[in-house]
Amino acid sequence: MTTPRLLITAWPHLAERDSTPRIMWTVNASLVPVIAVAVYNFGPSAVLVLAASLLGCVATEWVFGSKEALADGSAVITGILLGLCLPAGIPLWMAFVGGVFAIGFGKLVFGGLGQNVFNPALLGRAFLQASFPVALTTWPVIRENWWALRGDNLALPLMSPGEVDVLTEATPLGLMKFEQQGTEVWRLMFGLTGGSLGETAGIVILVCGAYLAWRNYLNWRIPVSIFATVAVLATLTHALNPAYPDAMFMLFSGGLMLGAVYMATDMVTSPVSNRGCWVYGAGIGALVVIIRLWGGLAEGVMYAILLMNAMVPFINRATQPTVFGTRTAKEAA
Amino acid sequence: MAKRMRFRHGVHPPELKELTEAVPIRRLPFPTEIVLPLSQHTGKPAKPIVHVGDRVERGDLIAAADGFVSSPVHASAAGTVAAIELWPHASGSYQEAIRITVAPYDAQVPRKRIIPKWHGLDGQGIVDAVQHAGVVGLGGAAFPTHVKLLPPKDVTIDTVVINGCECEPYLTTDHRTMVEYPERVHLGTRLMMTTLGVDRAMIGVENNKPDAIERLTETIPDDLRGKVTVHGLTVKYPQGAEKMLIKSLLDREVPSGKLPMHVGVVVHNVASVATIAEVFETGLPLVERIVTVTGPGIRQPSNLIVPVGTKTSDLVEACGGLTDTAREIVFGGPMMGAAQASLDVPVMKGTSGVIVLTDDVVKPQKSYPCIKCGHCLDACPVFLNPQHLGQLAMYERYEEMNDHHLQDCMLCGCCGYTCPSNIPLTQLFAMAKTQLRKPKAA
Repeated sequence: MTTPRLLITAWPHLAERDSTPRIMWTVNASLVPVIAVAVYNFGPSAVLVLAASLLGCVATEWVFGSKEALADGSAVITGILLGLCLPAGIPLWMAFVGGVFAIGFGKLVFGGLGQNVFNPALLGRAFLQASFPVALTTWPVIRENWWALRGDNLALPLMSPGEVDVLTEATPLGLMKFEQQGTEVWRLMFGLTGGSLGETAGIVILVCGAYLAWRNYLNWRIPVSIFATVAVLATLTHALNPAYPDAMFMLFSGGLMLGAVYMATDMVTSPVSNRGCWVYGAGIGALVVIIRLWGGLAEGVMYAILLMNAMVPFINRATQPTVFGTRTAKEAA
Repeated sequence: MAKRMRFRHGVHPPELKELTEAVPIRRLPFPTEIVLPLSQHTGKPAKPIVHVGDRVERGDLIAAADGFVSSPVHASAAGTVAAIELWPHASGSYQEAIRITVAPYDAQVPRKRIIPKWHGLDGQGIVDAVQHAGVVGLGGAAFPTHVKLLPPKDVTIDTVVINGCECEPYLTTDHRTMVEYPERVHLGTRLMMTTLGVDRAMIGVENNKPDAIERLTETIPDDLRGKVTVHGLTVKYPQGAEKMLIKSLLDREVPSGKLPMHVGVVVHNVASVATIAEVFETGLPLVERIVTVTGPGIRQPSNLIVPVGTKTSDLVEACGGLTDTAREIVFGGPMMGAAQASLDVPVMKGTSGVIVLTDDVVKPQKSYPCIKCGHCLDACPVFLNPQHLGQLAMYERYEEMNDHHLQDCMLCGCCGYTCPSNIPLTQLFAMAKTQLRKPKAA
């Protein structure tokens, strides 16, 4: 009998079918409905902004990272998520620069995939918000003249934007904070309000997130913990002072849905243990409420998540699982 | 008992047992040569007492146990000792083994009853017989059975747990044993209960073997009814790990660093128990065992009774040969088994299966960076943090790994199985353990 050339590997000799690229590309695929809503709401501007931020991310990974890392799909997630949390009217070059920053400074300087402390997409957005506060807070009206660009998308880099005749409106959170004006919850749920590209359709994001949670590609404890904390705190503050918004408004307005489902659950920058995920989610929820109600900004999801990202190493250390048999070993001693 | 019997965490690999679970056990003709390693068990290797050229009969003692935690080796076929030399061993190294050229056309009749009948033997008598018969755990770790039957005086045993989980994918030896020899399982259980002086035994079987559960339940001897119980358990890996099984059946948590006996339990594999019964029935020591030869790379997957020491090549031949895409041969289950480098490696007492994997099912070797998904923490049945341990291992910070309970790791492979980045976590932990066992340089 001829002996084949035998392979020798360590056990286990079986592996689950999931792989890191598969997880990443599935997350990308799950974002398609969210992108569709963005395009439906904001027309060609949505496509352009997403393309610009995606290009920024992918190009940076290509040039400074490795081509192999491009195939794992993580840079694409960053690009799409960054695009989804930008307003439709932003000049494209800014979206591109945001993408470059997100991958370059959000991921590659830390050592690439798996090493970064902060969610790269949010870091990119924080950079843009700090650099171009006006462009980042100008919200075009949705579904107005679908084919028209929603702002000076084609502005030249570093030039002051030209005069563009676009209708803008405040976001529901802005309205609430600065004009004490509420928005019906059903309008929030279905995305019939102003806001960033991908943050307005709460229900669509929830459905996509539920799919990912079912595939075990995101830890459902994180969004659940965020929603529960926000709901409880908002109900409390609303009861104490009816001028503060109620729980449903808080949950479905602004970037909370997109942030809780897609940004906070980024595996790399969230805690590893389930216990840690509960703590982390509660922290984000509390920070969101605090910033929204008492901070200078109308929206606080981005900073809440980034701040809790920074806490993750400590949460991990404090929420180590209890090793099997150590409890009984202590009792016996 | 309303409480659900379960342990937490673990993984759900595909069962893959359909290849052989309904295939009756088949006896092979004797091979032309058998190779008996002196180290087939946990503990000190046995010492050879025969010389090259000696004629041995089936069942003859050829290597004596060296100390208490050791086990003797018996000739599994009649023939002549051809050599005592280094030979490929299932552990991956070359180890001392006795090669016997099997006498052709021999009736293979043993000299005499070597193991006495069990009737009338007291506990100590049974333990002595088990020790002399060279019985070791047949589930894989091959721990000498008699050691487990003599617990130290300061522990009280109240339950014998018989492990019929067979939670490893592919393997069906325990399954077929329970279906075809349930009476042996019960006789072995009775002997265990006698030696340990307990009147409760629990047989745990995963629910994917309903025929085994049924056969075992209906064959419980009348006087043991109520004392011996058969329990169907959730199909989940590693249900058959001692500590997990005790947790499932009795809801007792074996303390870290302790043994099952410290919570009043002795666990035996169902095949070991059946072998004890067989040894007393036939009067022959442990000279043969049941092996599942299966996997996509073998043409005719089978459950075989073979003499201990049969070479892999003989098994493969008996099962129709390898397919063209056969790529990796694993001894034991696919979760914890060891890949073999050579078809000369013989089946040992603890070899429950020979699995031939093909190109399309061997695990890809490419790994990605850790994305801290936490799936390994959800998988680890002893609640370690494999993610953190893995990072420490990559930087060779082995001492620190001990502080994070590396010694509680049983190398079950759940973390490596579940890792989406395909990081060889289990291998890293096995390496770390080996490094820590090395004596420190002065």
